Amino acid sequence: MAKAKKKGGKRHIIQLFFACITNSFVTGFVGGKIFRGKLKYICHPGLNCYSCPGALLSCPIGSLQAVLGSRSFLFSTYVFGMILLFGALLGRMVCGFLCPFGFVQELLYKIPFKKKIKTFKGDKPLRRLKYIVLVVLVIALPMLLKTSGDSSPVYCKYLCPAGTLEAGIPHVTYDKLAKPPALVNALPEGSLPAVNLIKGGVELSQPKLKTGWLFLWKLSILIVIVLLSIFIYRPFCKYLCPLGAIYGIMNPVALYRLNFNKDKCISCGICAKRCNMGIDPTKNANSAECVRCKDCVNACPTGALSTSFSLDSLVCKSAERKGI
Amino acid sequence: MLRVKPTKSAWLIMLSIVLIVIGVYLGEPDTVLRKAIYICMECIGIG
Repeated sequence: MAKAKKKGGKRHIIQLFFACITNSFVTGFVGGKIFRGKLKYICHPGLNCYSCPGALLSCPIGSLQAVLGSRSFLFSTYVFGMILLFGALLGRMVCGFLCPFGFVQELLYKIPFKKKIKTFKGDKPLRRLKYIVLVVLVIALPMLLKTSGDSSPVYCKYLCPAGTLEAGIPHVTYDKLAKPPALVNALPEGSLPAVNLIKGGVELSQPKLKTGWLFLWKLSILIVIVLLSIFIYRPFCKYLCPLGAIYGIMNPVALYRLNFNKDKCISCGICAKRCNMGIDPTKNANSAECVRCKDCVNACPTGALSTSFSLDSLVCKSAERKGI
Repeated sequence: MLRVKPTKSAWLIMLSIVLIVIGVYLGEPDTVLRKAIYICMECIGIG
């Protein structure tokens, strides 16, 4: 019998590395700016706000809404194609390994708490909410609201906690810390957003930000998600993430997949107990809820579960019968 | 004789590449870049 491996480990290193490397525009954090290079033509595979001071890539959901909400386009083939490509190659492995916001939630779940909640009444129906978020907030509303001009990204504006955490808080904090000159202080409040502040002869990167009810609303959502993450594993990924919804649908056909060998299974149930997403991998190894964290693979004492990324699954070979 | 057929994964990868190419041809990447290089006021909860 193989010995069960330690939970997390190498995966957390990969998560940390990927989060750092894709948010490595250090100047942004220091100067309150954002990256403006051509790398932003490409979408991040995970949920990573493009307004994050360090972000080098675009947010796939934000970009999808930007194109869907633009009067120049009927649909977004470019962004949707990119999401489809990530999904077809990796499925929800993106959630488990490459999503910075998923990583943040996992770290919060590591905070010791007396009773961690694995499941509750209404857990399964609530998981369908992310498909509604995807269809209504991400796709339908930006498309429907563009009648009188380009529409705003509804999901980003009213729901996305990743945007608040990665971009909202850093920019607003920077903005509050950067003291405006007296003249600007004397200006009426409403005129401030149109003024570029001059501080010591250096033009700041952004006008004064005015936080209102929307910022408070988004901050409240973030606080709820953060608190929930302490006792529920990845609550945002489970119930609300539209990107996870797309990747989840593609889990069964993605090249990266979980394999279950029934002959090796001794039905000990350790894998289902270890799964923080509440899946029994022996029943459905490629469930839409599986984030490919490999906790079940590492826990399995007989090696009945394994992951694979095989180009062989691009083709199926069958013997051709003659005379038909 | 062995007959080789693309699987659903292969079709999806091909479809995604075709979609990306169509998007590039239509000029979508410029819209993505335009949105991504300025601070998105809605995303940060200001606009």
